[in-house]
Amino acid sequence: MRAASTPGALAPREDRTAQYVLIGLAFLGTAFIVAVPLAYIFWRALSDGVAAFAANIIAPDTLHAIWLTSVVALITVPVNIVIGLSAAWLIARFTFPGRKLLLTIIELPFSISPIIAGVCYLLLYGRQGLLGPTLGAADIQILFALPGIVLVTLFVTAPFVTREVLPLMQAQGSEQEQAALTLGATGFQIFRLVTLPNIRWALLYGAVLATARAVGEFGAVSVVSGSIRGQTNTLPLQIELLFNDLNIVGAFAAASTLTLIALIVLIVKTVIEGRVGREE
Amino acid sequence: MTFRLTTALAVILGLASPAVAQDKILNVSYDVARELFAEINPVFAEKWQADTGRTVTIDQSHGGSSKQARAILEGLPADVVTFNQVTDIDVLAEGGLLEEDWREAFPNDASPFYSLPAFLVREGNPKGIEDWDDLAAEGVQVIFPNPKTSGNARYTYLAAYAYALDQNGGDQEAAQEFVKKIFANVPVFDTGGRAATATFAERNIGDVLITFEAETGGIAAQYADAKFERVAPSLSVLAEFPVAVVTENAEKNGSAEVSKAYLDYLYTPEAQRILAKHYYRVNDETVAAEVAADFPEVKLVTVEDVFGGWEQAQEQHFAEGGILDSVFVNQ
Amino acid sequence: MTTLAITAAPSGRTKRVLPGFGLTMGLTLTYVGIVILLPVIALMLKGAEIGPARFWEIITAPRAMAALRLTVTAAVIATIFNALYGLLMAWVLVRYRFPGRRILDAMMDIPFALPTAVAGLSLTALFSANGWYGQLLEPAGIKVVYTIWGVAIAMCFTSIPFVVRTVQPILEDLDPQLEEAARSLGATPFTIFRKVVFPQILPAFLIGTTIAFARSLGEFGAVIFIAGNLPMKTEIASLLAVIRLEEYDYNGAAAIALTLMLIALILLALSNGLQWQMNRRRGQP
Repeated sequence: MRAASTPGALAPREDRTAQYVLIGLAFLGTAFIVAVPLAYIFWRALSDGVAAFAANIIAPDTLHAIWLTSVVALITVPVNIVIGLSAAWLIARFTFPGRKLLLTIIELPFSISPIIAGVCYLLLYGRQGLLGPTLGAADIQILFALPGIVLVTLFVTAPFVTREVLPLMQAQGSEQEQAALTLGATGFQIFRLVTLPNIRWALLYGAVLATARAVGEFGAVSVVSGSIRGQTNTLPLQIELLFNDLNIVGAFAAASTLTLIALIVLIVKTVIEGRVGREE
Repeated sequence: MTFRLTTALAVILGLASPAVAQDKILNVSYDVARELFAEINPVFAEKWQADTGRTVTIDQSHGGSSKQARAILEGLPADVVTFNQVTDIDVLAEGGLLEEDWREAFPNDASPFYSLPAFLVREGNPKGIEDWDDLAAEGVQVIFPNPKTSGNARYTYLAAYAYALDQNGGDQEAAQEFVKKIFANVPVFDTGGRAATATFAERNIGDVLITFEAETGGIAAQYADAKFERVAPSLSVLAEFPVAVVTENAEKNGSAEVSKAYLDYLYTPEAQRILAKHYYRVNDETVAAEVAADFPEVKLVTVEDVFGGWEQAQEQHFAEGGILDSVFVNQ
Repeated sequence: MTTLAITAAPSGRTKRVLPGFGLTMGLTLTYVGIVILLPVIALMLKGAEIGPARFWEIITAPRAMAALRLTVTAAVIATIFNALYGLLMAWVLVRYRFPGRRILDAMMDIPFALPTAVAGLSLTALFSANGWYGQLLEPAGIKVVYTIWGVAIAMCFTSIPFVVRTVQPILEDLDPQLEEAARSLGATPFTIFRKVVFPQILPAFLIGTTIAFARSLGEFGAVIFIAGNLPMKTEIASLLAVIRLEEYDYNGAAAIALTLMLIALILLALSNGLQWQMNRRRGQP
C-alpha cells in the first residue's frame, strides 16, 4: 500500500470535518455489522462458564466433527494446490483453443450457490441420479460419506489457488523459465527452481483462502452429508445440529472453534499479503 | 484426547472400509427422537455385549422422516429405520430396499410404541387453547412442520381432519375448510419436528406448538423456566412409530442380526420404560400400568378407522394434487 | 490484495516452448470434468428432461415466484447497502491515516473467512427479540429476524468484502494530480469526488457490486438461520430447491436450481464483460 495524498495535513478545515465524520461512520458501521457479531460468538460460547464450554467442545460428536472437518481440509487443500498450479501453468504458459472457456469453467463454482452445487451432486451420484445405478452396482458409497463431502468441498474451493497464482504468472512472463529451458533444465526443475519461488506467497495465499472455505462450507455439504451424528457431520453442520438439539451454548461453542480458525486464517492472510505485494 | 482422536480415526477409516471388527448399525430416525435414542443406544450396546460378547456402535441420523426416507433411497446406508409413519417405510419397500411385508417382521405391526399429536402452549395459556377448534380461530399462530417432509406434521393434519369429521358428522368439505383455516394460521413450516420446536421454544414464534405428545413432554421438562404447558386435545390420531430393518443395506453391511436384535430390544420392558420416560405411550402392559398417571386420557382414532388405511390416506390426502395440496395453500 | 478476475494473457512468443503441456492439460481437464462439469451437466440434463412447459409452470408457481422475488429483493437491499458501505470503507481506508486503520482493514475480510453458518447463528441470536440488537429494535417496532430485513442483513454480512476489495486497489492507484488540479480550480471536495474520482473507480465499483449481488443471491448458510423460512414471505429460492428435494420433487428442485444457476451465469458474464472493459480502458491487456 502506498501512502496516498494524506489530506490530514493539506486539506482545508471543512475537509477535515468530513474526514472525521467518514472515519466515524466507518468505525461505527464495522463495529455494528462485523465486530459485535464476531465478539458475540465467544461471549455466548462462554456464557455458561469455561467448564461448560470445554465440555461442549470435547463432546464426542463435536470432537468428531472437528476431526472430520480437518480431514476434509487436509484432503481438499493439497488437491487444490496441485490442480490450481497445473491449471495456472497451462493457462499462463500455453495458448490453445478454449483457453478462456477453461478459465471461465474453473471460476464457475465461485458464482454458483453452494446449495445448487449440492443439488448437482445429488442428481449425479444419488441412487436415482445419473451415475447412481452404476455406483450402486459397484457398491461404491459416495453420497452420505466422506467421498461426497470431499467432492462438494473440492467443487466450492476449485477457483481459489488458480485465481491467486495465475495473474502473477501472467504478469511475470516466462522469460526466466525459457532461459532455464535453454540451459537444459527439465520441466519439474524449471517449476521447482524458477516458477515456484516467484509465486510461493500467492500460492500460499490461495491455499489459505481455500482452507477457510473448505473448513466453513455449509450449504453444499448439508445436501450430501446425510448428517449422521458423529460420522458425516462437519463442524458447520454440527452447529446447526446442536442448534436444533436446542443446545444453543453448544452450538456457539462449536461456532467459536470455527471463528478461531477464521481469525487465524485472517492473521496468516495479512502476513502473506505484504509478501504477495512484493512478489508483484 | 489421544484416545478420542484414535477412535475418531477408526471411525473415519470405518467409513472407507465396511469390514470392521465390531458390530455397527446406522439408525435413521425421525427428527424429535434425538434424546430418546441417545438414551436407548448405550443401554442396548451394553446388553448386546453381555449377550454376545461383541461390541456395537450405533450411529444416529435424525430429520423429517420423509426427508430421511428420501436420503435412504439416495443411498444413505441405514441398517434400521425408526420412523413415525408407515408410508415412509413403504417407500423404501417400493424402492426394493426391504420386504413388502415388513410390518410382519416385528410384533404389533412393527410398531413398538405410540404417541399422538398434542399441544404445547405458553405459560398461562394466554390464548386459551384447549382443543382443535381454538387453532382455527383468528389471531392464533400455530406452529407445526411441513407435512410434505415431516411425518409428525402429517399426523397433525390427520388429527385435525379427523376432529372436524367427528364434529361435522363426517362432512368432508367442512373438514377441509376447517383444516385450511388451521393451516392459514401457520407462519412457518419447518422441515422437521425439531426445527418446529426450536421455532416455538427458542425463537418465540407462535402461540401453540403441535407435535407428538412425547415431544411436548420432553420440551416442557427441558424448558422448565419457560413454563410451557401441555394440552391434550379431546380427540387425536394414534401415531404409530414403525420400525424396520433395511434388509438390503443390513445384508451388505453384515449387520442383519444385530439390527434385528436392536429393534426387538425396543419391545422389552427395559426399553419400554425408557420410552415412557420420554413421554411415549407403550404397549407393554406392566410398564403401561406403571406410568398410566403421566398420560391423560385422549380419544384416539386410527388411520385405518377414519382414513381407510395408510394407502388410501396417501392417495387421497398426501399424493401430488391430493387434499393436502388444496389445504396447504401457502405452498 | 485480492485480484479481480483472471484475464487470459496474450501468448505471443511462448507457443508451446515450455514442457508440461500434456501433463497439465490432462490433469486440469480431468479435474474440471469430474469435479465441476459433470455435476453441472447432471443438473442441466435433469432440467432438459422436465421440458420447457413444465419448467415454466414450476418457476412461475406462486411459491417459487415469491421465493425468487424475495431472494432478488433482499439481495438488492443488501447490495445497495454494501455498495455505499463498501465505497465508504474503501475511501476511508485508502485516503485517511488514523489509529486502528489496519485493524479496520483486516476486519473487512472477516465475512470472507467466517463460515456462513457461524455468521447466521450469531446474527440470529443478536437480532432475535431478546438479543442485543433485537432488544433495541423491537420496542421501535422494527422486526428483523424472520422478515425480509433479516434475509437482507445475512446476505449483506457475507458479501461485505467484495465492493471494498475491488475498489480499494483502484483508488490507491489514482493519480493525485488530477484532484489537486481540480482543487486548485476551486472545486468542492464533493464535486471532486463526483467529477474526478468516481468516474475513475466506477468500473471497479460496478464489478464489486455485481459480485456482491451474485454472492447475495446464492447465500444459504447465513440466511436460513435468520429467515425463519416462511413460505411466500421469507423463504429464499435456494432453500425452496432443497425443500423440493426433500419432498421427493426432483423436477421442482432441478428447475429452481437451474434458474438460480442461469442467473449466476449471467451475472458472471456481466462482471467479466465489465472487467474486460476496465482493463481496456486502463490500457492493460
